[in-house]
Amino acid sequence: MASSAGARPSASRTPLLALAILIAALPLALPNNYTYEIAILVGLNAIVCVGLNLLIGYAGQISLGHAGFFGLGAYGSAILAARGGWPASISIPVSLIGVALLAWAIGRPILRLKGHALAMATLGFGIIVSIVLATEDRYTGGPDGMAVPPLASFISGEKTWYWIVAAALIAAVWLARNLIESPRGRALRALHGSEVAAGALGIDAAAHKLSAFVISALFAAAAGALSAHYAGFITPGKASFLHSIELVTMVVFGGMASTFGAVVGAAVLTTLPQLLTVFKEYEMVLLGAVMMLTMIFMPRGLVPTLERAFAAARQISR
Amino acid sequence: MLLRARSLDKRFGGVAALEAVDVAFERGAVHAVIGPNGAGKTTLINLLSGIYRPDSGSISFQNQDLTGKPPHEFAAAGISRTFQNLQVFFNMTVLENVMTGRWLHERCSLACALLRLPSLARAERACREAAAALLDTVGLARWADARADNLPYGALKRLEIARALAAEPRLLLLDEPAAGLNPSETREIDELIRRTAARGVTVVLVEHNMKLVMEVSQHVIVLDYGRKLAEGEPRAVSRDPRVIEAYLGAEACST
Repeated sequence: MASSAGARPSASRTPLLALAILIAALPLALPNNYTYEIAILVGLNAIVCVGLNLLIGYAGQISLGHAGFFGLGAYGSAILAARGGWPASISIPVSLIGVALLAWAIGRPILRLKGHALAMATLGFGIIVSIVLATEDRYTGGPDGMAVPPLASFISGEKTWYWIVAAALIAAVWLARNLIESPRGRALRALHGSEVAAGALGIDAAAHKLSAFVISALFAAAAGALSAHYAGFITPGKASFLHSIELVTMVVFGGMASTFGAVVGAAVLTTLPQLLTVFKEYEMVLLGAVMMLTMIFMPRGLVPTLERAFAAARQISR
Repeated sequence: MLLRARSLDKRFGGVAALEAVDVAFERGAVHAVIGPNGAGKTTLINLLSGIYRPDSGSISFQNQDLTGKPPHEFAAAGISRTFQNLQVFFNMTVLENVMTGRWLHERCSLACALLRLPSLARAERACREAAAALLDTVGLARWADARADNLPYGALKRLEIARALAAEPRLLLLDEPAAGLNPSETREIDELIRRTAARGVTVVLVEHNMKLVMEVSQHVIVLDYGRKLAEGEPRAVSRDPRVIEAYLGAEACST
């Protein structure tokens, strides 16, 4: 019994390997720069969603303000690189450290809130960030946005960026899955399962919620910084409320408490609007219909529902 | 004394759930807390595990003052508990529930967790084995990899006990461990309590099943309307006329 249980951690590396192979093989199916662009966008959103899923799916805490962290990571590095002339290899880590400190300072008071109150507080934070980014035009260029220097002089083109974002996404998934499969991951899931029982086992709820919040903010900020240097331009729209909602939708759609669900959710909801453009003015209606039908028939989200279906099918065939 | 609580008061709105209750639990014995519904038994357990903060009074455990501390510090001091209304982690497997119970014995830094350092893999294997052994002692070994929400009620009760024991507590608080169980399941709980006490863990039992209380406990505290009515050795308490009137009398009227 103990031996069969002990076999699990090594077996769980297979999905990560499968994801890496998929990402490595994907360029064969990408005909032009436009499709590369979409793939990069998917990767960046997926990094945010993998982090956000730690907070929403595993720790059970909502955030409607993570685009704010995305925007701060992006603008932080952009401002240091463009206005301060810092190389990106320094401006990105400094920006991430700044975001981590801010997330810690904000998370401490607001993570005491629960449910709707927490949603409102994070929503408020996101709105404040996007207002500040739009109005502090001396630094941020205001609503028109600002130009961002490249990551390094020799890094350009969609193909190079594809591999950079791919490496970042695989690192993000690896880190998130390591965390989830550690005692700390169990502590986070315990908070979601029963906060009172978690406390009775010695798990400090406030500290663990805060660490999930800071880690998820860091993932968002890292994706934001990469996105700014990739696009060479950034506008406050990236920090908007709408973007926060999109990110949460991706996590819920792909499946909460599933790291690969977060990746799949980001992939589907980033590419679907592009595919649906052939329907012109019905695009948004169709997108909405697809999402509603998925939630009605797969309330747990895409990946967990499919996992359970496969597990059930395997049992029947046995 | 392992645990000593002095003049605990707890009010909800205007209602006094507990008033001036003193309790002292000796090391290595099985103590029972009994009383009619609404007597304040669960309130007492919630105070002794830090879930509620007393309005006044003090709680000291192994000469450490825990008054007003959060629940996780009560747990860290060596107090573990189960819940009357199950608080199982239904988002985990049975084995993972018990592994989570070992949290206090797993020192795992954030960096160590994120990077999956080799030391963590070793510790996880040890944790898994310890949890599997506990599942074996409560008779749930064959359910180890099942999701907790697939277990029947009686098994969930034992799962909570296994999870609480995984923390290796000095004091184990059991809130109605036999409620809703059939006689054979109750006997298993009885056996489990005896074995736990034999290993040197002090057990405090809140229970309605008088047969179980009389069989396993060495010391009984009777609560009524939030006050301590009597305490002592089980046989003596069951003969106390005040107890018969308040507890057994009340029960006779309600049936």
